[in-house]
Amino acid sequence: MTNLSREEVLKLAQLARLSLTDEEVEEYRKELSEILQYVEQLQAVDIDGLKPTNQVTGLTNVMRDDIVKDYGYKPKDLLKNVPRVQDDMIKVKRMIA
Amino acid sequence: MDDTGKWLPVAEIAEKVNAGELKAVDLVERSLKIIEEKKEYDAIIATTAERARERAKQIDERVKSHEKVGRLAGVPFIAKDNYLAFGAETTAASNILKGFNAPYQSTAIERLEAEGAILVAKANLDAFAHGSSTENSDFMVTKNPHDLTRVVGGSSGGPAAAVILGMAPFALGSDTGGSIRLPASWGGCVGYKPTYGLVSRSGVVAMASSTDCMGPMTCTVDDTALVLDVMAGKDDLDGTTIDRDPAGYTLNGARLDLRGKKIGVIKEYMGEGLQPGVRAVIEAAIQKVKTAGADVREVSLPSLPMALAVYYIVCPAEVSSNLGRYDGQRFGYSYPDAVNLEESYTKSRGVGFGKEAKRRIMIGTYVLSSGYYDAYYKRAQTVRTKLINEFNDAFKDVDFLVGPTAPMTAFKIGENVNDPLQMYLADIMTVGVSLVGSPAIVVPAGTSEGLPVGLQLMTAQRQDRSLLELAKATEELLHA
Repeated sequence: MTNLSREEVLKLAQLARLSLTDEEVEEYRKELSEILQYVEQLQAVDIDGLKPTNQVTGLTNVMRDDIVKDYGYKPKDLLKNVPRVQDDMIKVKRMIA
Repeated sequence: MDDTGKWLPVAEIAEKVNAGELKAVDLVERSLKIIEEKKEYDAIIATTAERARERAKQIDERVKSHEKVGRLAGVPFIAKDNYLAFGAETTAASNILKGFNAPYQSTAIERLEAEGAILVAKANLDAFAHGSSTENSDFMVTKNPHDLTRVVGGSSGGPAAAVILGMAPFALGSDTGGSIRLPASWGGCVGYKPTYGLVSRSGVVAMASSTDCMGPMTCTVDDTALVLDVMAGKDDLDGTTIDRDPAGYTLNGARLDLRGKKIGVIKEYMGEGLQPGVRAVIEAAIQKVKTAGADVREVSLPSLPMALAVYYIVCPAEVSSNLGRYDGQRFGYSYPDAVNLEESYTKSRGVGFGKEAKRRIMIGTYVLSSGYYDAYYKRAQTVRTKLINEFNDAFKDVDFLVGPTAPMTAFKIGENVNDPLQMYLADIMTVGVSLVGSPAIVVPAGTSEGLPVGLQLMTAQRQDRSLLELAKATEELLHA
């Protein structure tokens, strides 16, 4: 029976880079526990000799030629959606203290 | 449009535009007028009016100078707001993408435009397509055209309502675990989920990449077949796309001769949980198919009851990975007062994402995390193999599978919002075929207490054309 603790929820939030309010932590603790209990029914399925499926139509390693194609948009079009830009570069907070 | 105020068949509209009998500008105005008149249903997030009018004018001018414009000349359409498109923001109905202007368009929309179709609006959805009712939209809840107090289903609730309300002759939805088929059933239109990879996912906001499928929502099977025909096939920008059927998908009067066709009724979908009113409609529909000469039999797929559990591991896992790109640095909402980079990430995501997105990111992170990966994700993907094997075995015995789309009709707005697991159960009859990658179509089959019920038809991968021919034959039987 999976019953998540508050600490486990906080650890997940940290892994997922999500800030959560105290109410959210408690809410997700309950809801995630319920959902995980529901999916636990899979533990009883006999999967002996079977391999996992990741791609359903049987494709593997689809390659294309490494050539530049012009799709008609420019870096400046992409930069329009960036929250903070300086000198045509994406500006972020300092990473190295 | 015909005498009843409905749109003409898509092929006919385009023919008349090409012949100069209908003007694209008038069609666009008609679309925009109905969108305005039916605002209370909250189907539309934004129109692309300015660009649509401009494109319509150009198309009319090309017709005037005797240029053949294409198979969708002047036909207005509406796209779910997770399709990247010009003319309005692309938000996926999420706060975190508010203000995002797509620098390029999805392949599906590019192909439709190349045949002369005109995008007029972006339709509502559960934010990032996470949901079964559009109640998870960060903006508004789309209402059921048959009852304003009920949901129309989701996550493609906006496109479904738009088509049913006559806002455009067709709409585009996306279906990851049933998001085209459920609202098609609950709203009463045709909804098509093609074979995985038949329509490019390029330029559509990713949800769960191993099951994401793009497809049309229309009033008739003929319209669905034509729109699919324009969109289907390989795309350099999506490595998972597959070749189109050399025979194409437009039907031109083709329909399946049901006599002797082997059709399996899915036993696991006809069990106790089925609402009696839904059962009555589905059984009556199946009876008609039988009377028309089909060899109808019961088929059991024993692992099917596990499909929802598989889906609610695989889907959040892929969601958590796909939503990793929303980091508040390159696009989308960015928390303004972060003191450092770490806080900029966590606050931008924590504040920017809605409840359901965060819920799925958390579940996905859990099932993929070290120590749990084998027990959850890997096991789910292995049970998925078992499910695929059962479907493959079934398709050795029968040509098609048939069943309901959901156990119940559209529920009341607010009824399930505080119970995520209950909400997930709405997908219980649609997720199986999504995990298998086979095509599925929903055709309106009747009503229960005034609410639509859709019949779900499926077949083996890449047999999309014969599925459409079956759907066409079934549609004629049901509406005769």
